[in-house]
Amino acid sequence: MELSYYPGCSLEASAIEYNLSAIAVCEALGIELKELKDWVCCGATSAHSTNPLLAQVLPSQNLALAQEAGLDLAIPCAACYNRLKRADHALRYNETKRKQTEEIIEFKYTGQVRVMSLLEAIVKGLGIDKVAKKVSSPLNGLKVACYYGCLLLRPAEITCFENPENPVFFDQLMKSLGSEPVKWSYKTECCGASLGLTATETVKGMVTPILDMAAEAGAQAIVTACPLCQANLEMRRRNRGEGMPVFYFTELIGMALGLPDSKNWLVKHLIDPLPLLRSMSIAS
Amino acid sequence: MTFLFDGDQSFYTRVREQSDQPMELCYQCQKCAAGCKMAEQGEYTPNQIIKMVQMGMNDKVLHSSSIWLCSSCEICGARCPNEIKTAEIIDVLKEIAVETNMIKEKKINLFNKVFLDTVRSIGRIHETRMMMSYKLKSGDLFSDLDLGFQMFARGKLPLLMKGTKSKAKVKRIFDRCKNVDR
Repeated sequence: MELSYYPGCSLEASAIEYNLSAIAVCEALGIELKELKDWVCCGATSAHSTNPLLAQVLPSQNLALAQEAGLDLAIPCAACYNRLKRADHALRYNETKRKQTEEIIEFKYTGQVRVMSLLEAIVKGLGIDKVAKKVSSPLNGLKVACYYGCLLLRPAEITCFENPENPVFFDQLMKSLGSEPVKWSYKTECCGASLGLTATETVKGMVTPILDMAAEAGAQAIVTACPLCQANLEMRRRNRGEGMPVFYFTELIGMALGLPDSKNWLVKHLIDPLPLLRSMSIAS
Repeated sequence: MTFLFDGDQSFYTRVREQSDQPMELCYQCQKCAAGCKMAEQGEYTPNQIIKMVQMGMNDKVLHSSSIWLCSSCEICGARCPNEIKTAEIIDVLKEIAVETNMIKEKKINLFNKVFLDTVRSIGRIHETRMMMSYKLKSGDLFSDLDLGFQMFARGKLPLLMKGTKSKAKVKRIFDRCKNVDR
C-alpha cells in the first residue's frame, strides 16, 4: 500500500518521536509512505482565526501537491489533518471556494485524492486485523486511555469518520496490540490546543480533568494521535513531571510489533514512560 | 430582527453574513454551553455569545477573553440541534476584534501574528525560530525556559530544519489572500 505522507511542521521538531515511530511502523506494516515534495504549512489555528481565505488556500497548496503525486494522503497530526480535510471538503462541495482556490494556486481540482489521518489510514485503509497479525510482543494488558481529541472527528460531516461522541476505532486498534483500553468519558474533549503557550493556565484547567478522568478510569497511560495533545498532556500538568506517561499510538504499535527502534522514540518524552513499561515487562 | 436594546444591528448583520451560520435558529438550549470547556475559563458560554451578537452588543463581545480562548474544538457545532457552528462565529469575531483593535488576549493575537509571519517567510513553521520570536516580541522571556531546555536536550527544538522549495509560492498565496473583500 502506497500513500503520500504529510508530516507537518511539528513532526520535524517537537513531535519528532511521532514522525520516527510513524515511519518505522508503516514500513513494518507494509505501508510505503512517500513524503509530499515541498509541502507547506497547513496554516493551523492561526490562519483560520485571522483570515478564512488563507485558511482555505494554504492547505489547498498541499492538496494540489498530493494530486500531482497521485496517491491517497495520510496525515499524522490531527490539526493538519483537520485543516487539509476541511480545505478538501470546500473544494469538493463549494464551487465559489473551489474556483477562488484554483485561481490562486493555479491548479485544477480533481477530487481523486482521499485525505486521511494516519490513524484512519492504518485502521480503515490497512485494517486492524492486518496490524494484529504482525503483533509479536503484545502489550501485556497495559491499561490505556485512548485520547481521540477534537480535531480527528469534528466536524463530523467533514471527517465522515466515526461517531464523534463515542468513537471506538482507536480503542479497537489498541486492543489488537494486546493493551487494554479503558472506558472513559473524556476521550473527545479538547486539550486546549495551540493555547498552550499563550494561555497556559487555561490549558492547565483543561488538561487536569482529562488526566484525572483517565486515572479514575484506571488507565496507566494515555495514548494520542496529535502532537499538540501529547505536548499539552505532558507539559501543562499542575504537578509538572508527575503522573502517567502519554504515548503516540504509533509508538505503541511499534512496541507491539517488536521494532528495535522504539527506545529511541521513548527517550524523547518529557514524562519518562520506561519505568511503567519495565514494570509491565513491555519493550526490553 | 428587532432590537430591544440600543445595539448595533450592522454588527449582527456582518457577523451573520461572514460566518454563514444560522444564528437566528438558536433557541438557547445550551447544549453548546454544556460541552464548552472554554466557558469556565472565559466570561461567556457559546449561546451567550450568540445572544450578544444578535443584540448587537459588539463592545462587550469583542472585548471578551472568551472569543480568544475558544480553541475551535467544535463541540458546540457538533451538538447544536440547529447546526450552528459557534466556533466559526467566533473566528469572525476574532477577525473583527483585530480590525477594530479590541483585543483582550494580546498574547494570543501576537502568537497568531508571529506564527503566520514565520510561515509567510519560510513556507513552514520552524518551531524553535517561531518560539524565540514570540518570546522576544511578547517580552515573556523566562516562562517555560526549563521546558525549552528539556526539549532542546532531547532534540525536539532543532536549530536547523529542512525548508521547502515552495517558499515563493507561499508568499504569493499570502499576498493574494491579504486584502480580499469578504
